[in-house]
Amino acid sequence: MTTATLIRRRPGLAGIRTDRSWLFRICLGFVALLVLLAIVAPWIAPHDPNAVDLGSALAGPSGAHPAGVDASGRDTLSRLLVGARTSLLGPLGVVVFSTVAGVAVGLAAGWRGGWLDSLLSRGTELVFAFPGMLLAILIVSVYGPGLTAPVLALGVAYLPYVSRLTRSLVLAERERPYVEAYRVQGHSGLQISLRHVLPNIAPVVLAQSTINFGYALIDLAGLSFLGLGVPPLTPDWGRMVFDGESAIQSGYPLSAILPCLAIVMTVVAFNVVGERWADQVARRDR
Amino acid sequence: MSTTTEPHASTGPDAALDIRGLRLNLPGTARPVLDGVDLTVAPRETVALVGESGSGKSLTSRSVLRLLPPGAVAEGRVLVEGRDVLAMNPGELRRLRTHTAAMIFQDPRAATNPLRRIGDFLTESLRLNAQVPAEEATERAVRMLDAVGLGDHVLRRYPGQLSGGMLQRVMIAAALMGDPTLILADEPTTALDVTTQAEVVGLLDDLRGQFGTGLLFVTHDLGLAAAISDRVYVMYAGRIAETGPAEELFQRPRHPYTRALLDSTPRLTAPRGRLAAIGGQPPSLRQELTGCPFAPRCRLATDVCTERAPALIPVADGNPQPHLAACHHSDQLTEVTADA
Repeated sequence: MTTATLIRRRPGLAGIRTDRSWLFRICLGFVALLVLLAIVAPWIAPHDPNAVDLGSALAGPSGAHPAGVDASGRDTLSRLLVGARTSLLGPLGVVVFSTVAGVAVGLAAGWRGGWLDSLLSRGTELVFAFPGMLLAILIVSVYGPGLTAPVLALGVAYLPYVSRLTRSLVLAERERPYVEAYRVQGHSGLQISLRHVLPNIAPVVLAQSTINFGYALIDLAGLSFLGLGVPPLTPDWGRMVFDGESAIQSGYPLSAILPCLAIVMTVVAFNVVGERWADQVARRDR
Repeated sequence: MSTTTEPHASTGPDAALDIRGLRLNLPGTARPVLDGVDLTVAPRETVALVGESGSGKSLTSRSVLRLLPPGAVAEGRVLVEGRDVLAMNPGELRRLRTHTAAMIFQDPRAATNPLRRIGDFLTESLRLNAQVPAEEATERAVRMLDAVGLGDHVLRRYPGQLSGGMLQRVMIAAALMGDPTLILADEPTTALDVTTQAEVVGLLDDLRGQFGTGLLFVTHDLGLAAAISDRVYVMYAGRIAETGPAEELFQRPRHPYTRALLDSTPRLTAPRGRLAAIGGQPPSLRQELTGCPFAPRCRLATDVCTERAPALIPVADGNPQPHLAACHHSDQLTEVTADA
């Protein structure tokens, strides 16, 4: 079984696959911690993330501002914490949309086959032709900045990866004798595919979606960096890197480097966790 | 086969299964995979369908539930309780599969969803397709498990926690859940070890009497077929070569293929030596067949065998159930078998 090879990995990040379980545990812990922090951020953030204190602009770390202050005089730690919400919510939206829609498309294509398969497969391949970022930029330029438009655009751009994977898994699963055994018990194709085939392929799809989460985070941060993602005042990691540009030029890089670090660490953590799950699923199949 | 035989004595509108002139064409083959198969199973009767790999015995049993390979074109009639399976709409087909006919597969391990508990597997069909309440379905599952000799603790187990023999018992219980009139068993013992085989076969025989189902037992094991069945059909190259009451057919085979099959069965009592094998290969699906399909491998073959296909005709009289063989030279086999 080649489940591991079916899952799409970006060449640059594929090297992070690991057999070291401690790294996996650390990454899983990091992801859990991050989610927890994002949830409780408004209550634990030391300052209002949008409170401007120009007097202490570009100040270094101090007791009142443990991670320093950015060029507009906003507390970096508070912005990082509150920014985690948008930075994680965006990719979550992308992943949920692309997974639900991708599984639906892939299941329909793989299970029914025939003209429906051709239609859906060609249709999703057409989406492949558009780079996800360009699609997102196009939609943002039409609808204006905001989180919904880029999330939907990236969701559509990520859909083919999930639907392709689902389709190939369904094709293999459909041939397994238990499917036939359910058929002769009088179950309809819809029942079998939803109640039995879907749970059997779910772990692989979830592994792919976890990996996709990291990619979506990079893409959304990139959009925010270009000023196309979230509205200007919203705390967001990509936006913070963009805002920190001027601070770097003034010789105070901390307010730009910290969100960069947050992005990189989060993406790596999600990738390690996803890859590990994918490898575990592949091992189980062998 | 040009002439179709008259319905057998056991046939009637009340037959559990009545296949008439079933012909099955698959894409990419030069001859029909099934070529005019006639087969009946009476209620409470056990019928064995014997043949080598590729003879079409599995396809015949699968066509009863219309489990046909993609692209297959079926002609003829497959009547289950008098209704033609090949003409059913999807709803009728699902009702047939839920209530009337059930199938037991070769490999029980592969035929179960590893993620579902046994209880779920047993009751799902009744709950979803027959709208039976969950408690009632579970009650029936417990009764069926009891009938196959398993306790109700199995309900909470996953397939991976049961042995192959236990799992095949579960499959039999699953087949009985819908109270079918016909059970199709497609080599149900091939994946099991020998002692478990005997248990499963004995169990099937018991249950057939207990629940009054007809049983079509597909196998390549002649000894098993002789032990379990009332009547036997021998298939070769998609046609019925010979059929008759089990005892008579194995004592006095009237088709050279049946005879050769019996000769190539290993026996513990027979003198040691090389096992007799049937020379040559079964006919390829890529070539059209003229005449008798067994002619190239048959030592009785003459010119007429390669020119004209033999009809399935009665070869012995005075039986309540007819003995038929499709051979031009079946009379010559009467003496030959005297030493058997």
